Amino acid sequence: MSDQTHPYAIELEGISKRFGAVQANKDIGLQVPAGTIHGIIGENGAGKSTLMSIIYGFYEADSGTISIDGQQVDIRNSQDAIKVGIGMVHQHFMLVENFTVLENVILGAEGGAVLNQGISAARKELKRLEQEYSLDIDVDAVVENLPVGLQQRVEILKALYRGAKILILDEPTGVLTPQEADHLFRILKSLTEQGVTVLLITHKLREILASTDNVSVMRQGEMVAHRETATTDKEELAELMVGKKVRLKVNKDEAQPQQAVLTAKELSFFDGQGVERLKKVSLELKAGEILGIAGVSGNGQSELLNVLSGITPMASGEIQFAGQTITANAAKTAAQMRDLKMAHVPEDRHKMGLVTGFEAYEAAVLGYHDSSDYNGAILMDRKAMLDECNERMAAWDVRPPNPHLKTANFSGGNQQKIVIAREVEQNPEVLLIGQPTRGVDIGAIENIHEQIVKLRDAGKAILLVSVELDEIMALSDRIIVMFDGAIVGQVDASEADERTLGLMMANAWNEEQGAPE
Amino acid sequence: MSQAKVPAWVSVGLIPLLNILLAFFVSGLVFLAIGEDPIEAAGYLIYGAFGYDEGIGYTLYYATNLIFTGLAVSIAFKAGLFNIGGEGQAYIGGLGVGLLCLWFDSSLPLIVIAPLAIIGGALFGAAWAYIPAYLQARRGSHIVITTIMFNFIASSLMVYLMVNWLKAEGVMSPISRTFEESAWLPYMHDLFSPFGLDIGGSPLNMAFILALLCCVLYWGLVWHTRWGYQLRTVGTNPTAAQYAGIDNAKVTIWVMLISGGFAGLVGVNEIMGVNHNLLLNFTAGYGFAGIAVALMGRNHPVGIILAAMLFGALYQGGAELAFEIPTITPEIVVVIQGLVILFSGALENMFKGRIEGFFLRRAAA
Repeated sequence: MSDQTHPYAIELEGISKRFGAVQANKDIGLQVPAGTIHGIIGENGAGKSTLMSIIYGFYEADSGTISIDGQQVDIRNSQDAIKVGIGMVHQHFMLVENFTVLENVILGAEGGAVLNQGISAARKELKRLEQEYSLDIDVDAVVENLPVGLQQRVEILKALYRGAKILILDEPTGVLTPQEADHLFRILKSLTEQGVTVLLITHKLREILASTDNVSVMRQGEMVAHRETATTDKEELAELMVGKKVRLKVNKDEAQPQQAVLTAKELSFFDGQGVERLKKVSLELKAGEILGIAGVSGNGQSELLNVLSGITPMASGEIQFAGQTITANAAKTAAQMRDLKMAHVPEDRHKMGLVTGFEAYEAAVLGYHDSSDYNGAILMDRKAMLDECNERMAAWDVRPPNPHLKTANFSGGNQQKIVIAREVEQNPEVLLIGQPTRGVDIGAIENIHEQIVKLRDAGKAILLVSVELDEIMALSDRIIVMFDGAIVGQVDASEADERTLGLMMANAWNEEQGAPE
Repeated sequence: MSQAKVPAWVSVGLIPLLNILLAFFVSGLVFLAIGEDPIEAAGYLIYGAFGYDEGIGYTLYYATNLIFTGLAVSIAFKAGLFNIGGEGQAYIGGLGVGLLCLWFDSSLPLIVIAPLAIIGGALFGAAWAYIPAYLQARRGSHIVITTIMFNFIASSLMVYLMVNWLKAEGVMSPISRTFEESAWLPYMHDLFSPFGLDIGGSPLNMAFILALLCCVLYWGLVWHTRWGYQLRTVGTNPTAAQYAGIDNAKVTIWVMLISGGFAGLVGVNEIMGVNHNLLLNFTAGYGFAGIAVALMGRNHPVGIILAAMLFGALYQGGAELAFEIPTITPEIVVVIQGLVILFSGALENMFKGRIEGFFLRRAAA
């Protein structure tokens, strides 16, 4: 694989970890040459995070050894990991929002009881690091005022300040625009030139191909393949991840849009802090089309879904739907919107779409629990609920097909199937669907996408919100881009490309050409 | 993909049992510290609670109150609400029962007064819970704070009413006149004596049956009606409830009304079943003990019955113990109760992880 003259930065041998009955990691071997970017790819639940947690000392492996620069080490907690030069950038940033960059970096490494001394020493060191790696950060800026891309660099700086020679990044691009992601990869590249080794964990094939030197694929707790990135491609990696051939493209015909079924005019919404989260959003949704809403997470997409579905009341504006005019003064509740045949697959199935403590058959009627289908005169009709749940589990291939299993115990893909089946089987006129394949295995993604297209072809209107640009581009017939609560662009799917959408997502489309930074 | 599960008997049987045994073990150390033989003490306690007919009767009589308050705490908890006001709701519920008995005891037969008083007690208790519920649902005032406050208000109100309005003529203490016998709930021993069964002279009365019926009602309501479905959704995932179009505020108010209603039924047992007049402080902390009962009973009616019996046994056996061994004061008995609450409530998770881990590994192997 690589030349034997310089040792591996990390070498794992026979790492196994078991949680109860689940074998999360099984006899994992991994060799990462120093100064390279090494990708680890795998589906949700493949054991990537467990493996990284073992390297970083959150868990102890049941068996196996870890060697750093050829030296076997014993990592029992994250302090040990930092000592041997491992730094981790988490998917969710671990920053104190109202501290400055400098304060965040020295947190936990203040160097004494009196702050001043530590701070001035740290300032010097930070300046050096920041210049050496061209990170381009103002160390006195308050973190909450920084865009997410820069916050992530603060996390990287934190790790470097603690002397990290090996940097682990867990799904680092989840909150970044494509341009920000490219910038991150450039930084990582320059880090490797300075001798830092990078471990990049992701489920996005594109990023692996764009940024890594080598890639290892995990499936069901095992390391199934190691490849030099230059010698592999998307199709091969996807097949290795899933264990069978997968189709990455969605098969769909040209859309046949008909009359508008839902019209929103100048919707506004303010959150609890009085921040305007939706700024006069207007859109029109036609029967027989999929309207995709693209945007970096947190730019008003969730609020739009909530307002349209009646979960949160709008501040102003108007929705025309099913012959009704809905305004702030003539609001409809989520239950009333359902009665008008609007179905909603929420973005976060754990927080909103399911009650994870409920058995599957109970979660499968959430929102429709008042329907006469499921109720007798006084008591709920358990048998009807169970029969229907059994039927749907068979039709949608939910596994295991056990209506009494707690929803928390299904895999992400199967939970999502329970939610989508519940909403789609009500035969709605409008389907709002948020992040339909978040945390869903590649194998199940195909199936979910097919179902969405099938519903469109049946003449229903679908509003799709997703932060995965690939998904938006694969499914949508029309694409709207949201930034900071407003619609900043609209394109026909046939004319959309990643660069244009990316610039729109960063609200930099009008600044002619070039990356926005 | 299948996940191993901890066997049910472990989580609802073994773990609570171990917690209780540990509490008794530490209680034993307390007895040793004050120079008494723990084995002998345990003997008295068990004999006092279960050893003879009257003892059993007393245990069940205490358990009756604890079932009511346990259900009250538990059903509110199903909606994620911590109702600490069981004490006050029971107090005011008792007031309702007493007033109805005072008004109708000479004009109506028991068959009419009993259902009236039961409904009245529940309504008074519910009304007392309504104000904190409204404040929580519509104004966001925290229900823990308001229900505690309402315990004090209930207490003061009762003193005022008893002293100024309800005190019987010609007595020095704040108690009402004794009801006519037509407003006395039949004792169990009276009920069973025609059949030749002698179960001793305990205060156990028909309210015990009512408590068991309430457990059935609780079970049906929570797990078999759509309202119960909404209740559990609100309690476990309020965001999902909003998504499902459930009116959280309405569920909050209704569940507190039912909770207060359950608590109010303590009055049926105490006022109509035992004291036969209206008096002060008959709730004697049952409202608070109900929190421990609900906690130990895992918010399930069967668990609540078992936990109520345990605490009932501690009350009754403890009284016996204090009577038999003079150095053991009633306060020491409270210490035992406290230890049971501590180990089965606050320290509930002490063994849980390790024991569940053991069974998970065994299931996996």
